[in-house]
Amino acid sequence: MLRLPSQSGELSRRTFLFSTLVLATPMVGAADATGVDNLLSFDSLYKSVGVLGTVYSDQAKALKNKEVRMRGYMAPPLKPESKFFVLTREPVAVCPFCSSDAQWPADIVVVYLRDTLAPINLSRRIEVTGTLEMGSWTDPQSGFVSQVRIVDAVVHK
Amino acid sequence: MRSKTSFLSAAFLATALSATCSAQTIFPLTRADILAGSLFDFKVEFDSVVDPAQVKVSINGADYTKTLGKSAVLVAKEDDKEVSSLLLRDASIRKPGTYVVTATDGKVSSSVTWTVYNTPVKKAAKNVILFIGDGFSIGHRTAMRILSKGIEGGKYTSKLAIDEMPYMALLTTQGTDSIITDSANAAHAYTTGHKSCVNALGVYCSRAANSLDHPKVETITSLAKRHGMAVGAVTNSEIEDATPAAMVAHTRRRSDYNDIVEMFYQSKIDVMMGGGSPNFLPKSTPGSKRKDDVDYIERFKQADYRLATTKTEMLAAANDPKTTKLLGLYNTGNVDGALDLKFLKKGSVAKFPDQPDVPESMNAALKVLSRNKNGFVLMVESARIDKYSHSLDAERAIYDAIMLDNAVKQAKQWAKANGDNTLILVTADHSHAVSVVGTVDDNKPGPDMRNKIGTYNEAGFPNYPAPDADGYPNKVDVSRRLRVLFGSYPDYYDTFAPHMEGEFVPAIRNAAGVMVANDAYKDAPGAELRVGNLPNIGSGAANSGVHTGDDVVLTAMGPGAQKVHGQMENTDLFRVMAEALALSPQKQAASSKASTN
Repeated sequence: MLRLPSQSGELSRRTFLFSTLVLATPMVGAADATGVDNLLSFDSLYKSVGVLGTVYSDQAKALKNKEVRMRGYMAPPLKPESKFFVLTREPVAVCPFCSSDAQWPADIVVVYLRDTLAPINLSRRIEVTGTLEMGSWTDPQSGFVSQVRIVDAVVHK
Repeated sequence: MRSKTSFLSAAFLATALSATCSAQTIFPLTRADILAGSLFDFKVEFDSVVDPAQVKVSINGADYTKTLGKSAVLVAKEDDKEVSSLLLRDASIRKPGTYVVTATDGKVSSSVTWTVYNTPVKKAAKNVILFIGDGFSIGHRTAMRILSKGIEGGKYTSKLAIDEMPYMALLTTQGTDSIITDSANAAHAYTTGHKSCVNALGVYCSRAANSLDHPKVETITSLAKRHGMAVGAVTNSEIEDATPAAMVAHTRRRSDYNDIVEMFYQSKIDVMMGGGSPNFLPKSTPGSKRKDDVDYIERFKQADYRLATTKTEMLAAANDPKTTKLLGLYNTGNVDGALDLKFLKKGSVAKFPDQPDVPESMNAALKVLSRNKNGFVLMVESARIDKYSHSLDAERAIYDAIMLDNAVKQAKQWAKANGDNTLILVTADHSHAVSVVGTVDDNKPGPDMRNKIGTYNEAGFPNYPAPDADGYPNKVDVSRRLRVLFGSYPDYYDTFAPHMEGEFVPAIRNAAGVMVANDAYKDAPGAELRVGNLPNIGSGAANSGVHTGDDVVLTAMGPGAQKVHGQMENTDLFRVMAEALALSPQKQAASSKASTN
């Protein structure tokens, strides 16, 4: 579960991240060494999304621990000191009072960056290249729980 | 008239006095109304490390243990900080009256006053159904009435179920920290009778570092269960979200979803239905949001809960006469609102095609809960009136208000057919700045949408089709539609039309960290940029509309409802329920935890 302190301070730290500098490369296709199309979409990631759990697609399973590309939107970053952000299917407007920050969509992908990230317009779709990881992982610094990650990632605008 | 100088000096004096008196903070806070026999944590926070020999705490002039029946623990350095606290968990007072609590560390002292009230010995109502339209405001009420009732000869053709109730009051919603409340401390006021602060559930907001360590107060769920009653919570938000969580939770931080699932489990609540399944799944299950491998689906099943993940399963479980406990989880996130669920099929309807709406969930809950012969307390929430109002999506909010009215209509029918001994309360937890200002008519001349707005006599009447049996027009994007405006908003593109492709997302943070209008709507026909009137930078930056401090309406019927009138604090609603159900301890129901006072 995503654990955050109460609203005070949290958003200002998010704002801080935007002032950090970042490496960004143009949007290009990643190498496709496996023969499986390594462009994963939010739809092709799962065979099914259900109340009692999700089932990964055959494509996703075949790409586990391999280099993939995914397109989506960057959610407002959580912590400036960690090099990760949440990639979502649609632009997310995390609302501090109507919905707590625990209410992320179930199908998010967490991106761990190779380098720090250049400021990004959160309403623009981005492409992320990196290694696909699957399985529960609790970020040791933030306590953020993720099921799907792209690690050692590079962001293409 | 008082001179400015004397006013200022009086203000200064008041500030100075309050500074002197704030040396210790005592929980429950001053002016608390406490139900006799209900459990609460008693805490005194000193502003330094104290000498235990100098600490004296009295209640009505005698040592506090005489009233509370047991001794508190003096924590020398709370959370390893240079401050001491006195803490007594699960205190209670059985004798009604006024209690003045004074605490001193030998240097300074402070006092609070509590009122402990009793309830009648005999219960007036067998059951209570509390409806909460989250964020449900007067503007929604008027808009839903126009859509689902229609006007003839200047009069509505019939009444809403929520209007046709004999008792009404205005509830004030402010909390201990702010004039503006959120859904957590607002629902907490209803379920505990105590005021609290934004984000808090079932606790007073103290300086404790851990969100679960704050001074707790007892919930209506715990009280009703102690009286042998059944309890249910039905919502279309995630079940861990603030309003349903207020039925069982004790945390300073409403986003403690995993802990809240455990609190639901521990509460032994009989029926719980909504969305939010990922926090029930062990982390090894794909889709889980837990940090541990506890399988709460399995734990609830082992505790004899029937599990339903679809409407079909829910109906089967509820119709089985052996079902007395029911866990319904219908979506990973929020259950879809009425407009998407019934008409547009947007949102997550494709992914979860068999979700119940709120009235269907309520009817299933009524079946299961009424199998307890001692009666029940049921909270029913139409949660997305608020969420859609945050996102300035007026049509979705209005359809979910109509859904609330449907639930109330069916609850009234149920109550009438089942002994006429159910207290029904319908209210909101807080308001939004939402108003019906007229209509928008696509057929008016000119390119500018703002000049197609009709006000006063030009507004006339909208041309929605006649509503179906449940009060919903089956077409929302009509040519002459309601113009509903929100008074608080971030930058956004006003499209003057319902959002047929899915819930509106008004604003997004840009690369510089500034909240700006979501340009996905920039090219919608006739879209106009509205520059926001809320903060757009920093910790208070708003990406949606915000709650307002306006009063909310409470309507009521059934035994005990006559206590609802005039202006009341939101905490008074708890008292109305407690009195109707005679929840203060009776001789035969004396709890071993209660003090001997």
